[in-house]
Amino acid sequence: MLMALALKKKGKAGARRGNSSGQTARPGRQPKAVVPETAERRAGYPNLSWIETDPFYVQDRDFDYGERLGLPGEYPFTRGIHRDMYLGRLWTMRQFAGFGSAFETNRRFKYLLSHGETGLSVAFDYPTLYGYDTDDPHSEGEYGKCGVAVSSLEDMTVLFDGIPLDTVSTSMTINGPASVIWAMYLGAAEAQGVSKSRLRGTIQNDVLKEYIAQKSFIFPPAPSMRLVIDTFEYGMHNVPSWNTISISGYHIREAGSTAVQELAFTLADGLEYVRQGIERGLDPNLFVPRLSFFFNAHNDFFEEIAKYRAARRIWAREMKESFGLTSERAMKLRFHTQTAGCTLTAEQPENNITRVSIQAMAAVLGGTQSLHTNSLDEALALPTEKAVRTALRTQQIIAYESGIPNVVDPLGGSYYVEWLTDQMEERAYRIFDEISMYGGVIGAIERGYFQKAITESSYRYQKEVERKERIVVGVNEFTTDEPLEIPTLRLDPKGRDRQVARLRKLRRTRDRSKFESAMNRLRKIAEGEENTMPAILDAVRAKATLGEVTGVLRDVFGEYSEQQII
Amino acid sequence: MARKIRVLIAKPGLDGHDRGAKVVARALRDAGMEVIYTGLHQSPEQIVQTALQEDVDAIGLSSLSGAHDVLFPRVMELVKKNRMKVLVTAGGIIPEEDIPALKKCGIAAVFGPGTPIDDIVKFHKERLSQKG
Amino acid sequence: MNYTALAKSIFRGDRKAAARLISIVEDEEEGYEDAMKLVFSGTKGAGVLGVTGPPGVGKSTLVFELAKRYRKNGKSVGIVAVDPTSPLTGGAILGDRIRMTDLAGDQGVFIRSMGTRGGTGGLSLQASNTIRILDAMGCEEIIVETVGAGQTQVDIMGLADTVVVVTMPGTGDEVQSIKAGLLEIADIYVVNKMDLPGAMSTAADLKSMLNLVDDWKGWKPPVLLASANSGRGIDELTGSIGGHRSRMLDPVVSMERRSKQARKEIFDIITGQIMHSIASNIQADELDAIVREVVEKKTNPYDAARKISIAASRTGKPPKAL
Ligand SMILES: Nc1nc2c(ncn2[C@@H]2O[C@H](COP(=O)(O)OP(=O)(O)OP(=O)(O)O)[C@@H](O)[C@H]2O)c(=O)[nH]1
Ligand SMILES: [Mg+2]
Repeated sequence: MLMALALKKKGKAGARRGNSSGQTARPGRQPKAVVPETAERRAGYPNLSWIETDPFYVQDRDFDYGERLGLPGEYPFTRGIHRDMYLGRLWTMRQFAGFGSAFETNRRFKYLLSHGETGLSVAFDYPTLYGYDTDDPHSEGEYGKCGVAVSSLEDMTVLFDGIPLDTVSTSMTINGPASVIWAMYLGAAEAQGVSKSRLRGTIQNDVLKEYIAQKSFIFPPAPSMRLVIDTFEYGMHNVPSWNTISISGYHIREAGSTAVQELAFTLADGLEYVRQGIERGLDPNLFVPRLSFFFNAHNDFFEEIAKYRAARRIWAREMKESFGLTSERAMKLRFHTQTAGCTLTAEQPENNITRVSIQAMAAVLGGTQSLHTNSLDEALALPTEKAVRTALRTQQIIAYESGIPNVVDPLGGSYYVEWLTDQMEERAYRIFDEISMYGGVIGAIERGYFQKAITESSYRYQKEVERKERIVVGVNEFTTDEPLEIPTLRLDPKGRDRQVARLRKLRRTRDRSKFESAMNRLRKIAEGEENTMPAILDAVRAKATLGEVTGVLRDVFGEYSEQQII
Repeated sequence: MARKIRVLIAKPGLDGHDRGAKVVARALRDAGMEVIYTGLHQSPEQIVQTALQEDVDAIGLSSLSGAHDVLFPRVMELVKKNRMKVLVTAGGIIPEEDIPALKKCGIAAVFGPGTPIDDIVKFHKERLSQKG
Repeated sequence: MNYTALAKSIFRGDRKAAARLISIVEDEEEGYEDAMKLVFSGTKGAGVLGVTGPPGVGKSTLVFELAKRYRKNGKSVGIVAVDPTSPLTGGAILGDRIRMTDLAGDQGVFIRSMGTRGGTGGLSLQASNTIRILDAMGCEEIIVETVGAGQTQVDIMGLADTVVVVTMPGTGDEVQSIKAGLLEIADIYVVNKMDLPGAMSTAADLKSMLNLVDDWKGWKPPVLLASANSGRGIDELTGSIGGHRSRMLDPVVSMERRSKQARKEIFDIITGQIMHSIASNIQADELDAIVREVVEKKTNPYDAARKISIAASRTGKPPKAL
């Protein structure tokens, strides 16, 4: 088993790490006596992963720069994956957006692009995330609420109407039915006359984290993984510039994990995808470069920066040493970042702008490839245009006014940041060991390991907030009584009816025999072992709806229900 | 033997964000109550049937998807239809302007994000202690 | 309070009344015994199946699959799912229903979750009363789920006609915990999650454990494989349950099992009543003082117990309901 192998080999790396951060030589640490006992804020404050910090850090004389850091753009990529980082090109400013119908969201996309956004990111509504059409009974009350409803190729075509898909890159947050939605996107590009080889973008497609945290899974793990690997394979050969997965820690963190857990669980998922791709017979040097990552940017500034740096180092090491890959591109961990939705407060919502600024700076200092900044009103409802614009402006201020992007990895060599980066790495490996005791990621999911760990962390944090051991400004301290005044966005009240009418018309007017033969073929292929992507693409072209295609897969694969851990 | 307070924590709709619901469930348990947790994606019909069979004193509804405006009133309709005496509260992301409508259909309290868990516990204790 | 009206509604199939009376029994509210006397006379003899085993092995999923089979055969189903109460807080999270949500809207199914609350004897009494209420309400098949391998679980399983002990492939802990507590009570073993690696060897482990026993008195528990979440192996299980049940038609076997159950219940009631009369006749501080005397060696436990039983009966009032 490659996963087990990967973890075992780590023993060696661990020993090496021991030199720089083991018990005897922990030169980054300073005797506590330096701080006067009377200091109002005493030493030893735990951060959000409950790692205790010292009052200050000094040089670690055993620190091996070549081995731990390297130069930017060089193995192990701790300092970033490009030598010139943001001097070459700024990160992609990609705001997650979507609500109501494809028509409404299309307008929002154009608005964002006109204000300087450089990439699109689609939020789908809950029915779409679960593979239900808008008129399915399960969709009651959910249409368009948290994203755009896309039930057919036609909807997808409307969504990108007037947006040239050969120039813009699109990220789509979709998991269970990712291959169906991706097929619709490929179909929409076809309709625009754009060839697959020119498409750039990402489907989230990370089912493992769905089981771990986000819960919008549909099928059991085995067929889910098959669908994912099918997209890897299809993408490699047909859509070479597409990221077929975005391995996501974001939702793990939002569900209440610590930064260390986010880091470890996400990378463990990543290793599992690599292993399963190899098992399928794919060449890892070719498919691994198309795997991308997605992290959260939370409140603890330095901890977040350390997290991103550690992530790159671990991934590079695992790819090179454990999997023996030779492609440099496969060793480079590329990631998208979103500021932490769970840190937004409904109280004094303007404060959220400040939180988002700090979080976004951490992401940039940590070397992100693209960034979404949350809007101040997101804890209350769907963001308004103005709130979204302010969020985007926050990124632009960091990019164009702060000077931060002018130097690559400006915090590299900081005593504290390097110590913390080592800490993150070391603790992540401890978690890898725990996961391997459960027989790997899927075994740990089946036994509720992740769910339990996350629930524990989130409860512990919540308790600390309640006891005021942690201050949340405007919530448990510095509160005001003023009423909330946030203009919230309202959906077009007739939108659902119109969407349903369009859907019914589509079903009525499509070519029946073409539709049926495509569906039959899909079923047969799902029951067998062939790659499902071509058949899904054909079904979508034959105007099968999302619910119909997913329905066939539900029939063949069954549905998953998780072990409840409270 | 003292009367046990029984509470149903339910998640109607499709969103999978059960962090808040679980934190509340744990806190009510830690306050000595019996908490029945339904899991995700429950229809209003299922929630009310469960509440009836479990003879709960209270139902806590949680939704973060925005579907509360359709689903919560539906739950209340069924509660009334079955003539159940039960305290119903709501939590999740609920815009201020939706609260009056929810209260009007009989929801006793709406706990927005950032509500101290202790307040939720206290609310249930106070409102349910004299029941019997 | 008089709950007999409530009991009568139950005979008419009133689900809300049944739910209410179960709570009353669980809370041991004054006067519940009279209602239960009436309920007892109205039971129709539902089949009772017990399902137990270590945490997380798939018991609830299995119960759900079995209930679906019963429903398909037109039977109405009652499910009682028992989860542990935290001894520290007295609270509990009852989560078994999550696996059975598809049955939540079905009027032919009644699911009730119970916390273990205070104690052993009391709990199996309450479980037995809950089963009777469901029976009287019209449930034809009743399934009781408990978790773990303690005395509580063994006691509750004693209420069933047939007991299924569930385990899964894994670290070996599961089989160990069965050895530790569930060996005597199992009529059927199920190794669930046969889709996971190691199911065969877990089954083999169990079988070799069973081979150590010579005399099975006519029923050697079979070891079955199943995958509850995909429905595999459930037909074999229902077949086996049917086989065991038909053995219970043998009057000798049935009389033996039922006498054992009735005897246990009667003695549980007596114990409960004694505890009750102690509580109602002796002040808490008086009791504390006696206990302290034993701790301080001023008296011994035997004399202390005598003192308490005398005090408990000093009002001359017989314990109620006798
Ligand atoms: N792989 C696999 N998983 C299963 C199977 N049966 C159940 N599960 C999963 O195992 C987990 C636990 O199932 P439950 O039915 O809740 O188990 P339980 O024994 O009732 O759990 P407790 O009541 O908490 O002790 C769930 O995630 C189920 O989906 C099976 O046959 N195979
Ligand atoms: Mg269970």
